[in-house]
Amino acid sequence: MKIKKNVAISESGFIFNPTTGDSFSTNPIGLEIIRMLKDDKSKDEIRKSILSKYITDESTFEKDYYDFVMMLQTNQVADDSE
Amino acid sequence: MEKIRYERPVIKKLNTGVMNKYGTRTEYTPVTNIDGARVKDLISEFGSPLFVMSEQTIRKTYKDAVRAFTTRYPKVQFAWSYKTHYNNAICSVFHQEGSWSEVVSGFEYNKALLNGVPGNKIIFNGPDKTDDDLILAINNESMIHIDHLDELYRIIELTDELKKRPKVAIRVNMDTGVYPMWDRFGFNYESGQAWDAINKIILTNKMDLIGLHTHIGTFMLTPSAYAVAATKLLDLAFHIKSKFGKNITYIDMGGGFASRNTLKGSYLMGADSVPTFDDYAEAICSALLNSEYSKEDLPLLILESGRSLVDEAGFLLGTVLANKRLSDGRKATIMDFGVNILFTSFWYEHKISPAQEFSHYTEDSVIYGPLCMNIDVIRENITLPPMKKGDNVVVHTVGAYNMTQWMQFIAMRPNIVMIDMDGKPHLIRKKETLEYMNSLEITPEYLKDFKL
Repeated sequence: MKIKKNVAISESGFIFNPTTGDSFSTNPIGLEIIRMLKDDKSKDEIRKSILSKYITDESTFEKDYYDFVMMLQTNQVADDSE
Repeated sequence: MEKIRYERPVIKKLNTGVMNKYGTRTEYTPVTNIDGARVKDLISEFGSPLFVMSEQTIRKTYKDAVRAFTTRYPKVQFAWSYKTHYNNAICSVFHQEGSWSEVVSGFEYNKALLNGVPGNKIIFNGPDKTDDDLILAINNESMIHIDHLDELYRIIELTDELKKRPKVAIRVNMDTGVYPMWDRFGFNYESGQAWDAINKIILTNKMDLIGLHTHIGTFMLTPSAYAVAATKLLDLAFHIKSKFGKNITYIDMGGGFASRNTLKGSYLMGADSVPTFDDYAEAICSALLNSEYSKEDLPLLILESGRSLVDEAGFLLGTVLANKRLSDGRKATIMDFGVNILFTSFWYEHKISPAQEFSHYTEDSVIYGPLCMNIDVIRENITLPPMKKGDNVVVHTVGAYNMTQWMQFIAMRPNIVMIDMDGKPHLIRKKETLEYMNSLEITPEYLKDFKL
């Protein structure tokens, strides 16, 4: 899973994909995950980081992460190439 | 390091398109209490889902409606429409405020009597009145609003048996310029049916025709239609006076005033577009005052409003059961309340608020109920903050018809509480139990034994 190289991400969570011309907004935790993906962090590293920072549990994170990543792929912000 | 509140990660595509001056409305302002009672506390004490009625809102709305009419017309009487919400506690609030009752069945009639309403303060409407109902209403000197000729002839027969003169009115249907025209109830004005029925009543001399009644429709967004209706009823009243020398005691304009809900397909939110009580009052009272009636002869104006008086006082508290992603990418949230208890979601875009704090990020969702039925859709499109399993929501403006039209289907009906004027909740209807449901059923003995 990688964030596409040409996708622009602002400090406030505004995302622009120049390939499709689509723009998106994401919430702070979404932005955090996108940044970690951009920095090539593994899913396990992301999980540890989120669980140490937020009041949540492993299964909730797992479920939400899966859904979020699927939406990143659906919206062509990320692809599953290594 | 202290951990911070978790919110589900969301990404939302920004769509640019043709903007309108109203923009879009998001419902992320949390509603954490109702009349001072905390939503979380109500759910933990009475369960979820839970209907909550606000006594404060009922009384305030009622007073607003009464003020709108009494400041324009000298003789006004409201009659609480039982079918809108016939929970005894709710009816009693209206009766304490001075409202008579308007009922449409023997069941509702007896409920009103048991609530302590004197028989002569009950208006009996509707096409279904059994002989027992009619005899009770005649003996109690209730106002019987005749719906059809079969009923009229039956009452004539009963007067002979009972040796009493019933107090009656006829329901009149008419063209007021709105669609659909409600012509299934009562006698038609334009075709002369109504005048014919009036003549039959007066000339048989077996009962007292004391009123004229109409009910032109429901969720009426055009106040001027009421002015047309009032003018047509007054025309009949004048004909009665000129032919028979009798004055009609009251004109009953029925109900049908809109609440602040948003009808499906409406461009504007209901709160921004529905007429106010003052708009309706101005149309009706002007028609009455501008008639040829002298001040002394002006008839009593009766109003049978239901929906507009109680809808906003009702809330439905619920809980998120699950989130899922649909095949087209839309988010779906499943709630613990469905169309079985929120019947009005078939025609309203109910406002739904989260009951806890969220950030200002939102996502477009579909709200489903818990029923294993495809029709169980509460909102087809709504913008809400990212909610997770266990979060609570408040559905607004559900006080009218839901707690009378609700169905015991798949799940049982929940508790209803009313928050009193001091913010204290009172249980006013217990939730149904399996024991209660089974107590109504009878399984024949020969079916009780089986081996699987």
